[in-house]
Amino acid sequence: MAELTAKTPLDGVGPVTHGSVTMREVDLGALTSIAPFKGLGKAAGAALKEAHGIAWPAPNRATGKEGARAIWFGRDMVLLAGPRVDARMAQHAALTDQSDGWSAVELSGADVEDVLARLIPVDLSAATFKRNHTARTQVQHMNGSVTRTGAETFLILVFRSMAGTLRHDLERAMASVATRR
Amino acid sequence: MRLPCPMCGARDVREFYYQGAAVMLDRPAPDADVEVWDHYLHVRENPAGDIEELWSHDAGCGAWLKVVRNTVTHEVKSAKLAAEVAR
Repeated sequence: MAELTAKTPLDGVGPVTHGSVTMREVDLGALTSIAPFKGLGKAAGAALKEAHGIAWPAPNRATGKEGARAIWFGRDMVLLAGPRVDARMAQHAALTDQSDGWSAVELSGADVEDVLARLIPVDLSAATFKRNHTARTQVQHMNGSVTRTGAETFLILVFRSMAGTLRHDLERAMASVATRR
Repeated sequence: MRLPCPMCGARDVREFYYQGAAVMLDRPAPDADVEVWDHYLHVRENPAGDIEELWSHDAGCGAWLKVVRNTVTHEVKSAKLAAEVAR
């Protein structure tokens, strides 16, 4: 039996810094989308709390913390990032393993909002988009998920197949913001 | 043009995909007259004014919306979740 080595989407690309902003790939662990069956939204929320200790996030919000996060992922859908989903959740919701389907990067630094403003058509300023606010939107032309995880830190997810484009687009935006400082 | 998604808030039209006239929500009964089905499938109004149409928020929450839009001014008057529109 061959020894297989798991590779992250941006395998081999270390943290990249331009000006004040740093991009680094993050390994979120297991990713599972949880889509409650019709009428079972409340039950699914209670089950998530009981099984993983994380509150069910309202639309456009994320709950939990690094290592175990529940990110609102669309209408009637939440992405559990970190732990393997508890099998009991399957009583209330459709569970889909998406672990290898997404590329995740963390973008942080003083100018992070300026960088993202070049790519994302949503107001991500601190006044309107606070910690644990999340949005399903576009990153340049890619469908993705953006979550503020700290005062100057964002978590960005796009499909795994677009990892290289995400890195390229973010780096271009980081560099052009940096040159204007 | 921006569409006020009930889940995500006002978003740029680039996040949405046009899905046609909202008459698609009024599916006739399976045994309805052939003319009713023909009308449902092929006949569309083309008013200069308010029109009801469906948009899906592909790059956002994924919801289908029933949008009232003015074809003359492009004013978007309302957007509701198609799933919650009483039929």
